[in-house]
Amino acid sequence: MKTETEMRSVTVSTRKKRSLTKDHMLAIGFLIPSILLVGVFVYGFIGWTGYVSLSNWNSLVPDFSFVGLKNYLYLFSDFRFQADLRNTFFFTIIFILAVIVVGQFLAVLLDQKIQQESLFRNIFFFPMALSFVVTGVVWQWLLNPSTGVNLFLAKLGLDSKWYTDTTIFPAIGWGKIEFGIPIAMIAVVIAAVWQMTGFSVAMYLAGLRGVPEEVREAARMDGANEFQVYWKIIMPILRPITVSVIIIMAHISLKIFDLIYAMTGPGANFVTDVPGVYMYETTFRGNYYANGAAIAVVMLLAVAIFIVPYLWSSRKGEA
Amino acid sequence: MKGRLKSFTGWFLILVLALVPLSACSSSGETNGNSESNNEETLDIFSWWTGAGEEDGLNALIDLFKEEYPDIEVENAAVAGGAGTNAKAVLASRMQGDDPPATFQVHGGSELNDGWVAAGKMETLNDLYESEGWEDKFPEDLVDLVSKDGDIYSVPVNIHRGNVLWYNTSVFEENGVEPPTTFEEFFTAADQLQEAGVTPLALGDKEPWTATHLFETALLGTLGADDYKKLFTGELSFNDPKVKEATENFKKMLSYVNEDHSSRNWQDASQLVADGEAAMNVMGDWAKGYFVNDLNLKVKEDFGWVATPGTEEMFMVITDTFGLPKGVANPEDVKKFLSVLGSVEGQDAFNPLKGSIPARVDADLSNYDEYGKETIEDFKSASLAPSLAHGSAAPEGFVTKVNQAINIFVTQQDVDQLIGSLEDASGDLK
Repeated sequence: MKTETEMRSVTVSTRKKRSLTKDHMLAIGFLIPSILLVGVFVYGFIGWTGYVSLSNWNSLVPDFSFVGLKNYLYLFSDFRFQADLRNTFFFTIIFILAVIVVGQFLAVLLDQKIQQESLFRNIFFFPMALSFVVTGVVWQWLLNPSTGVNLFLAKLGLDSKWYTDTTIFPAIGWGKIEFGIPIAMIAVVIAAVWQMTGFSVAMYLAGLRGVPEEVREAARMDGANEFQVYWKIIMPILRPITVSVIIIMAHISLKIFDLIYAMTGPGANFVTDVPGVYMYETTFRGNYYANGAAIAVVMLLAVAIFIVPYLWSSRKGEA
Repeated sequence: MKGRLKSFTGWFLILVLALVPLSACSSSGETNGNSESNNEETLDIFSWWTGAGEEDGLNALIDLFKEEYPDIEVENAAVAGGAGTNAKAVLASRMQGDDPPATFQVHGGSELNDGWVAAGKMETLNDLYESEGWEDKFPEDLVDLVSKDGDIYSVPVNIHRGNVLWYNTSVFEENGVEPPTTFEEFFTAADQLQEAGVTPLALGDKEPWTATHLFETALLGTLGADDYKKLFTGELSFNDPKVKEATENFKKMLSYVNEDHSSRNWQDASQLVADGEAAMNVMGDWAKGYFVNDLNLKVKEDFGWVATPGTEEMFMVITDTFGLPKGVANPEDVKKFLSVLGSVEGQDAFNPLKGSIPARVDADLSNYDEYGKETIEDFKSASLAPSLAHGSAAPEGFVTKVNQAINIFVTQQDVDQLIGSLEDASGDLK
């Protein structure tokens, strides 16, 4: 057997001037199927989607004539798509912030050597096991204006219309829409945070366990109080974990579909609409295949903004 | 350098070698697939009938078919989801992928003709109509809805009426309100109910088509059937003052709806009426099936109905039809199923359970409840208008854009903006 580095040097088509030996052929042979499958079914179809997004295929009859950026121009001038971009922007920011803050807080509490820690860990982690559709339906019942939580709020004399509120705050005119946080989006954020916080709790807990006790002790010896220990010592150590949480949550929130589709739908005036829902409806209901493909490409680019630098830096780290 | 080149050549060679059998595989795979489906004769019937009543109707139809043709394997391939949103998405992928179901539910009118027929995915059924002697068994207007350029493409199984105003009889009685037949009467009644603390009109537009449904009845009631139809043939512009008047009526109707409309679906809205929290709602007569089958209400005792304001002599038609897609393995079996579906027995097995009325003119009236009997009579004399919200009047692309414009309108209530959006979208009416 060749050593791993030798194998690798061949597969990345390398500097060493050697002919292909049997082992190399074998290694390549094993790689070929997955490379082909990924090439065709991932990158091939991404390319195909990109091509369709530049075509005129906006009915049941396929029409692959090239129209340039027409579909993109239509989208970016469309009220619904502008609203989608706004919604995704605020959903992503609030969702990620909440997942990080709540997740870290719960992880720190769990890290206090409490009794029944594994029980609490499971409780926090459990929502992760549910599908977003289940979460969406349950929270729809909980937050609906005429059921659940709002019955209590109404008893307390509080407004129960926030779930369907079409207010945008602050409403700054932008294109065809008003820019700001859609109030109705808060309900969806609550459901999403409820579901995904368990994940960040687990990540942060693992991170906290990795902080050597000596480091904390040393800080305390130097006169830091507990708050300073967390703020100045532990938080910086946890930074790589925060980066991972951001990346993973961003790609979930930028592509979110099932939770919203099950819970609120597009919402009145599209206050809870997201590109995924628009893509589904315009492609399969309206038969605007090219518009749908263009939305898919925009979503891909949005996720790439987060993922590519991450992959880049982790590749550098490996080298 | 030489080594690198060599390894590249090696790579390339391997890629080519690997690709050739793969592509050979895929083409042979196709032929295999075809011969396989030739052997298995399963008849998969694709629909979105999964609710109470409609599923029973479909099963009754399938049972009838099995009695007549016990050798043919039938599969109920229904996909759940209101108004067929999800089913249509599944259907689109199957049709685009050349894997059509044996037969599928499609609304007569534009959804069939500008959709699957225009895409060249349907077989004509002229010979079936001839051999079954159906030419004079279905109303002419209806056959027109399932025909394109003189060829017939599907068999209607039922008729639903879209322009029905449902009301809670006890709420009306308590408040001394008479069922309204004009917009004026409607608004007077609504004011009266609102003062009494009842929500006058229930709406559930979590799925925006329900608001479009309300809008189309306002259009029909204001324009009349002839002008309404002209909107979709391009003979009448959306800039016409009458469309503006209809939009104003629609806007005024919206001022009487429940505040949480955007978190409800049509069943939730109907339930408001059933519970007496709201007095009226506008929905197609599948709502009757919901009232009777799911909520155990009694026709005429617990709830009543009239045509929506201004549409008394008109009938907004929604017809579910089944056709024969191109490229199915067992077309003769499909035709056998369609012949049962189009027979008097088939229609009378399906429709009483589904809560719709038969598409045939010679069905047996005794099978239908009071609502059904009245509606069958109305259907004979009323002028027919195809539904926009349900894809009969205009292509799905246009309907999708109208749904979006209406969803914005329900919140923003800007009449000129809605008419502008409709005018813009009318470019998609081909």
